[in-house]
Amino acid sequence: MTMDTRLCVGCQACVLACKAENALPEKGYRDWVVSETRGEFPTLVQENRSERCNHCDDPPCVSACPTGASHVAEGGAVLVTHYKCSGCKACIAACPYNARYVHSEGYVDKCTFCLHRVQRGEKPGCVDICPTSALRFGDLSDPGSDVSKALRSRKYKVLKPELGLKPNLYFLL
Amino acid sequence: MKVNRRQFIKIGAGAVGATAFSGLTTRWWGLDKDPVHDPGTEGTKVVPTFCELCFWKCGVLAHVKDGRVTKLKGNPAHPLSRGKLCPRGTGGTGLLYDPDRLKRPMIRVEKRGEQVFEEVSWDAALDEVAGKMLAIREKHGPEALALFTHGFGGSWFSHLIKAYGSPNIAAPSYAQCRGPREVGYWLTFGQGLGSPEAIDMEHTRCLVLIGSHLGENMHNTQVQDMSRAIARGAELVVVDPRFSTAAGKARYWLPIKPGSDIALLLAWMNVIITEKRYDIDYVEKYTTGFDELRAHVADKTPEWAYPHTGIEPERIRETGRFIASFKPASLIHPGRRTTWYGDDTQRIRAMAIVAALLGSWGRRGGYLLPSKMSLPRFPYTAYAYHPREKADRPGSLYPLADETLASGLCDATIPGKSVYDIKAWLVYGTNLLQSLPDPRQTKEAIQKLEFIAAIDVLPVELTGWADVVLPESTYLERCDDLHVARYKEPFIAVRQPVVEPMYDSKPGWWIARELGRRLGLEDYFPWKDSVEYALARVKAGGYDCEELKRTGVIRGKPVPVTEEEGVALSFATGSGKIELYSKPLEMLGHDPMPVYRAPDEPPPGMFRLLFGRSPVHSFGRSTNNRFLALADPENEVWVNASVARDLPGLGGPLKSGELVVLVNQDGVRSQPVKAKVTQRIRGDCVYMVHGFGHTAKGLTFARGRGASDSELITRYKVDPIMGGTGMNVNFVRIERATASTT
Repeated sequence: MTMDTRLCVGCQACVLACKAENALPEKGYRDWVVSETRGEFPTLVQENRSERCNHCDDPPCVSACPTGASHVAEGGAVLVTHYKCSGCKACIAACPYNARYVHSEGYVDKCTFCLHRVQRGEKPGCVDICPTSALRFGDLSDPGSDVSKALRSRKYKVLKPELGLKPNLYFLL
Repeated sequence: MKVNRRQFIKIGAGAVGATAFSGLTTRWWGLDKDPVHDPGTEGTKVVPTFCELCFWKCGVLAHVKDGRVTKLKGNPAHPLSRGKLCPRGTGGTGLLYDPDRLKRPMIRVEKRGEQVFEEVSWDAALDEVAGKMLAIREKHGPEALALFTHGFGGSWFSHLIKAYGSPNIAAPSYAQCRGPREVGYWLTFGQGLGSPEAIDMEHTRCLVLIGSHLGENMHNTQVQDMSRAIARGAELVVVDPRFSTAAGKARYWLPIKPGSDIALLLAWMNVIITEKRYDIDYVEKYTTGFDELRAHVADKTPEWAYPHTGIEPERIRETGRFIASFKPASLIHPGRRTTWYGDDTQRIRAMAIVAALLGSWGRRGGYLLPSKMSLPRFPYTAYAYHPREKADRPGSLYPLADETLASGLCDATIPGKSVYDIKAWLVYGTNLLQSLPDPRQTKEAIQKLEFIAAIDVLPVELTGWADVVLPESTYLERCDDLHVARYKEPFIAVRQPVVEPMYDSKPGWWIARELGRRLGLEDYFPWKDSVEYALARVKAGGYDCEELKRTGVIRGKPVPVTEEEGVALSFATGSGKIELYSKPLEMLGHDPMPVYRAPDEPPPGMFRLLFGRSPVHSFGRSTNNRFLALADPENEVWVNASVARDLPGLGGPLKSGELVVLVNQDGVRSQPVKAKVTQRIRGDCVYMVHGFGHTAKGLTFARGRGASDSELITRYKVDPIMGGTGMNVNFVRIERATASTT
């Protein structure tokens, strides 16, 4: 997934569309908006980001999971199998992005890239709703995908690269 | 689950063709032995309708499963949403399923404002309202009843009140919001901007926002267009005392001193004219008064503007040149709520004049000239002509106002203030205690009324003051009139009921019709229901009813909307030209060209109170909507970081998150509210999002969260041209909440 910080206005449509799409509990959110301002008045720079699970290639949450509920699914997405999850929160402690929370039904929940939609040929809920079209989703191993093209043509960053987890959420600058 | 590979590939690759197949063979996402969990929010029924979380009216696809609305998506067929929604639009379910909704009709049993009511039957409530309306008409004449309305469903009540015989129908969205803008553009170009604003943000190369904070103010289509423009390399120039989200994307942010925009605009005119950077042919061909304007701004140099605006002369010069370099695709955004300082029509005139110099009216990337699809009105019996002047006195006070002033009707409720007294209010969908300035004055007016009834979805402050409260169904439970949009791609959209009305709520058309029957106005309601009404109009227009029901929208052909596309520019002004110099203003004793007059300064230790929007909220209408408000539960007071280090009387630096109380120039104290200490605002003003600080006890979520700017707006400056209420003229000092409560 790519997230264009130049376009994002931090409106939280992604946050709320995700909440509705995934019927999340009252205090559950799988994505969130970060707005950072640097500098001193009147010389300021702002960056808005829509953040979520980074679906790392080397996910520490999966290594930390004692039951095998957290796993890397075929295709690379990191998922949690609800019935296998004991709610022990080891994954929550292991995730440096703070991407997970305990669902009101007891299991640990997080972004799934809306694979239930993707399998139907639809975009993830957040991507679908975004009024600024800042979010794009696609196959990074496919050079023809929108996300691959964006990463070839734009400067980008990932969050906490120093941890070496190979996150798959790219912020276009 | 069987996956259709082609469908799957479409996601990653869009329409890039055969190359899309490369690299996918090992990436069958989610195809584990444990299937991907489906939250099951896809509707078994999907109903197209349009949104009412704000006034923009985006097309929505409502997903319904087991009789409940599971989610709301943007309707791809609808030109205003194009498949996308703003955060508020996703939150219709939070309104529909708000446990605090008005559930049954109620009649007040204690004195006004105490919010003690008795639930009654619809018959009893309607009989009461109609009985009072008949008595008012008998005793004072029909004009003694005023209708205040906001929102698309208000059309049924406007119709009712016109049939009843009163000319006094007003929406705060005019005199408290976009009124100065409509009048300013109309005086200059012979036409206003309407809603959605007829502007070509998508194709503009330079977008100038003057106080408009688009991106926080979430007009879906405009935010989409702004984003497309930015993606294509368009530049932004943002003039705002606050570093807005849009300022964060701008080439230039001009942190202007509040209230000095006219000075900046005059200096830009000076630069553009003296350096001959205007569109010479366009100005020659289409405008009148250029010589007068040139003389008028000859001494309004950037150096002159500097002490007024706080913007360095070189910066003014540079931005003036920059904006002009993109002409005519250089768009001065007209803004929306433009009631700031009481000289608002003149400020808008100044913006319109800069636009005229840039030749952007009627040009690609500037202002558009769209049209509506033709749709006959329902063939109602004609309303009886009402001979008396409206109570806001447009003829004698504000001849240029093109709509009725809500504040004027409120004033006319105080006995002896107008040509006759307003004695009864019908209030539809607007919380006048937050939407009119100075709620003390509004309460005083309410106490003078013989009768007040409110039609609403939620028990807001205003409904607490009503004698009768009628619970309306939400937009997801009702059919309203058709939306016939004036847009570059004209369309007709329908609001269809998605689910049955909950509780004992009723749709507005039903309430209006039942009142009409009791008032002897049944001839004005000759239809079974609003669906029959709407379909009759669609058929009369020769359109396909089935298509409208199925897709929610009938789209017209895109029409030429710019000179480049073949539109011949014409101007419905007195001169037939763009009026840089306004004779009508001169005749009425106003400045024919904008003149800058410095606003009052905040007294020492006080700050100008500015207010604006959150992307998640529509005024105070959504702050009790749990789906939305949990993501943005309270407002904060923005205070400049340097100033916060040494605020008078605080005895130490103010930190973000600390609770403060604002005290205005008249001693009115706000509810406690968190401070946001930030570099993002000037030191002479503070800022908060409007719509918080509810006190109505029925709003169990919103009550007591954040502070209400409305309570602090005890002063306003009336625009002498059109009667708008400039509300950015209040000053506050900051106290620590703990100190003030002990």
